[in-house]
Amino acid sequence: MELIHLFEYEFFRNAFSAAFLMSVSCGLIGTYIVARRMVFISGGITHASFGGVGISYFFGWPPMAGAAVFALIAAITTENLTRKKLIRNDSLIAVMWSLGMAIGIIFIYLTPGYSPNLMSFLFGSIITVTKVDLTLMLALTIIVSLVFILFYRIILFVSFDEQFAQTRGIPVMLVNYLLIVLVALTIVLSIRVAGIILVLSLLTIPQNTANLFTSNFGKILFWSVIIGFFGAFLGLTASYYLDIPSGATIIFSLVIIYITGRVIKLAIKKNNRKIQDRNLT
Amino acid sequence: MSKPIISLHKVAASYSGNPVLKNVSLDILQQDFIGIIGPNGGGKTTLLKIILGLLKPNEGSVTRNIGKHDIGYLPQVNQFDDHFPITVTDVVLSGLSTGMNIKPKRNPASVAKVEHVLDSVSMTAFSQRPIGELSGGELQRTMLARAIISSPKLLILDEPNTYVDNRFEQELYKILVELNKNIAILLVTHDVGTISPYIKSIACVNGGLHYHPSNEISNEQLKVYNCPIELVTHGPVPHRVMGQHKQK
Repeated sequence: MELIHLFEYEFFRNAFSAAFLMSVSCGLIGTYIVARRMVFISGGITHASFGGVGISYFFGWPPMAGAAVFALIAAITTENLTRKKLIRNDSLIAVMWSLGMAIGIIFIYLTPGYSPNLMSFLFGSIITVTKVDLTLMLALTIIVSLVFILFYRIILFVSFDEQFAQTRGIPVMLVNYLLIVLVALTIVLSIRVAGIILVLSLLTIPQNTANLFTSNFGKILFWSVIIGFFGAFLGLTASYYLDIPSGATIIFSLVIIYITGRVIKLAIKKNNRKIQDRNLT
Repeated sequence: MSKPIISLHKVAASYSGNPVLKNVSLDILQQDFIGIIGPNGGGKTTLLKIILGLLKPNEGSVTRNIGKHDIGYLPQVNQFDDHFPITVTDVVLSGLSTGMNIKPKRNPASVAKVEHVLDSVSMTAFSQRPIGELSGGELQRTMLARAIISSPKLLILDEPNTYVDNRFEQELYKILVELNKNIAILLVTHDVGTISPYIKSIACVNGGLHYHPSNEISNEQLKVYNCPIELVTHGPVPHRVMGQHKQK
């Protein structure tokens, strides 16, 4: 079947839209996460959200709402306690990470009957994205984009040197809390695409691929969105034709793009070295 | 005597209940060049934070006769993540930011200021370079450019001679002496001897602050000031050393 015909299916159009929207959110938020070395914090928030999924299953609430509440609590607690230096950052993240998973597992175990969508929360299922999911993703993408467009330099300066930013009168705490909330919400909505287990890759692989070719924060933001979308579309299409899970295929595509980037970078380096040697001789 | 630009009166500060500074009074005048010395943990950084407005003292008062943005700050260079994806130009531009103001945009005035200040620290050729590709000295020059781009009335430098080669260190002091014609400078150092020819006074910080109105200081005076720093003398000026040191 030709690629264009896939768009005749509503589920594929929805999945395509979700891939686009989350590429933008994850591209922007992921660049912030990677630049600030917050990958581990994001892992903690992601896994903590599973506690909310479990409780929601038990009480019959929408799982995404529970995940969002847990992710926000984990994000704000981490930011707050780290700032006050009450507990070591890595220890706190480990506690959040495992506590969230433990709560989730216990409540899912206690929930009578079969939990039909549990696997899609763990490993993602972009093809089951609903109109409601899409609306939430669109709202988040607009908010994240606006924040990055309006406060690009503020975000850059605070991320690079908080203390100096404070001396310039920038409300560092407000910026940090705003961004950690956006990190938590982006993670929760990305769970629909890649699942709790794999979502971190959406926030890190495109950024690291872009970082192979540029060390400019703005350019990494732009290229992360492009690479993320390309990887998501490639993975989505491949998963349809090969009939394999979409979340895992998207991650696999992103990894292939990263490896290709590494090979290209190596080839460029070798070529530059050859030119340098030729100029010397 | 001119009015102090910043005045600390009987300031005390503590961290988690542990007193760090007590009864500190200091007037910073318009063209002061004060070298701040003291042992590690003596409260030098706390003092800088109070002057910068980053920390509120538990007791005493701080009077500022200059705007909050009239202070330039060069922190210790080892506190940066040198893999952070930011270019020299962007770092320097951050010195022009004020509050949530979306400026500085890359408007011609900002760009001209950046070019001028990079030229003054011999970093023009590196303007588009990511900081991860800079040497320690180049990074230090970039940070100095960021600290002075806003034309501050007070410049605070925290160990600016770390990671810089001897040539740039001398250049740095020349730049500071030139700046000192119009602005006040506070410089934290571990090497009083090297900066002695350039500074005008010394502040010994060790829980308290003892102001020494001269650019030279002796072991006896340090004892009186309760400032446990070892001075090794070679040449006319005694100075503190951090590691292995050769007597000339």
